[in-house]
Amino acid sequence: MRFEGIAHRYGRDVDTDVIIPARYLNTSDPDELAAHCMEDLDQDFVKKVQPGDILVAEENFGCGSSREHAPIAIKASGVSVVIAKSFARIFYRNAINTGLPIMEAPDAVDGISSGDRVAVDADTGIITDLSTGTSWQAQPFPDFIRDIIEKGGLVAAAREKVGK
Amino acid sequence: MPRPMTVTEKILASHAGMDEVRPGQLINCRLDLVLANDVTAPIAIKEFRKVGVESVWDPERIALVPDHYTPNKDIKSAEQAKMVREFAREQHITHYYEVGCMGVEHALLPEQGVVVPGDVVIGADSHTCTYGALGAFATGVGSTDAAVGMATGEAWFKVPTSLKFEVTGELGPWVSAKDIILHIIGMIGVDGALYQAMEFTGDTIERLDMDGRMTICNMAIEAGGKSGIIAYDDVTAAYVTGRAEREWTVFSSDGDAEYVRTYSLDASSIKPTVAFPHLPSNTRLAEESRDITVDQVVIGSCTNGRLEDLRVAAGILKGRHVHPHVRAIVIPATQKVWTDAMHEGLFDIFVDAGAAVSTPTCGPCLGGHMGILASGERAVATTNRNFVGRMGDPTSEVYLASPAIAAATAVAGHIALPDDLD
Repeated sequence: MRFEGIAHRYGRDVDTDVIIPARYLNTSDPDELAAHCMEDLDQDFVKKVQPGDILVAEENFGCGSSREHAPIAIKASGVSVVIAKSFARIFYRNAINTGLPIMEAPDAVDGISSGDRVAVDADTGIITDLSTGTSWQAQPFPDFIRDIIEKGGLVAAAREKVGK
Repeated sequence: MPRPMTVTEKILASHAGMDEVRPGQLINCRLDLVLANDVTAPIAIKEFRKVGVESVWDPERIALVPDHYTPNKDIKSAEQAKMVREFAREQHITHYYEVGCMGVEHALLPEQGVVVPGDVVIGADSHTCTYGALGAFATGVGSTDAAVGMATGEAWFKVPTSLKFEVTGELGPWVSAKDIILHIIGMIGVDGALYQAMEFTGDTIERLDMDGRMTICNMAIEAGGKSGIIAYDDVTAAYVTGRAEREWTVFSSDGDAEYVRTYSLDASSIKPTVAFPHLPSNTRLAEESRDITVDQVVIGSCTNGRLEDLRVAAGILKGRHVHPHVRAIVIPATQKVWTDAMHEGLFDIFVDAGAAVSTPTCGPCLGGHMGILASGERAVATTNRNFVGRMGDPTSEVYLASPAIAAATAVAGHIALPDDLD
């Protein structure tokens, strides 16, 4: 899988309350959630994000609440992949389970600027900043998690297990 | 002989059917309980329908607690609660809690004996880590993990490394469990325990009652922790006896178990602590924060809405009055806390002091309802998060503190210690 889009870069500890504020959690509709994605961090995000764009952030992305609405909102907003220095653990699980591609790549985060055009090869883990020509290698997923991703997420893996 | 293990590793090994596990190992565990609430259950139910099973794995081992936006705050949240209610009826879920018996989930389930020592629990709520106070392994997950847990009774985990926090000595005046955990988060940061189990030990922890222990484990997630845990002891035994609805199993760490790091804390050096906006790690001493004026004080939540918390607040508010510029809102975490507080006369104290007393709900803690902040407003809250917009408008501010500091602040109109009051 290959993604290409404009990078939107944020800092560390981007929490799930700013990704999707609780005042919108009275719904689980992806499009409604996407309309408010990142609202309390960057009010213009939903205006500028284009399908395929890439979220770039520093350490501890997705900290706080367990709300799966956060990866759902990011995915439905058009973001193709999130690259961060590290992810909070519940967000990490939720992203894998809901099919939002994520990559841990500290060097890439340091090298990418907002507005750069970035290409990501999710199969090889190679991230390329097309605006600067620099490439980095993201940390690979453990085989166990890659297996869940390849089966199409946790529910698909469970469906296989229960024999349906 | 299996390798020396921490209490967390032992609980996980027993639920994976293994003699031993090692940090980093990916394992599949049998679950004792799966939890979801009115925000997370609707997505879990949708995902559950896709798994391909007709029924949940065990209707007695699933807890559905509509507590976030209940009593329903608007039509959309009413629809979410309705979906959870209908699913509970369809699947004959025994631990479904309707308004009237509902409480804030992480106060309710231990109180009702639904979680017991030695359990492995996943909950579609990040503060599920609270149950570590009972000597259980409990961790927050998302709705999809909860859905698969409801369908199969199993979940995968990466065995976490453990951090040990050894707290010894006497706590000073007005220093509580909340101050201990805020102090620790301030020390290690909001990702200081990322992916790790936080084990709390030492004579100070051993002297804490169960309400205080739950406050500490509740906020493990605010340091990025996978879980918080306090080993089973006499306090745990006294709490679960006559309350637990199942037999329990006692696990404890081996003396030579491996910890990636041990932090030794002198309890007497910890002072009343406040976490400033907009991270729980942004801590300062309450005594150095008196210039912060507030518009609202909230005493409640899964962190500090239990009976002992309300007793402390009432002790400070008794015979005093909430500052005219402050709205003080007290939210007992469960119906039992509510009735116990009422019978003890705490409500008379709160109401005479000019505070509002609410029915149990998560409400304002996550900016849901029952006390939302307008632009630029400030609140001191006994809750667990102070992220941007957490309690309302994105320009509002939340300061996290103990019930004692919150009550004193309600009277003073600015951040204050109880001894500051006349």
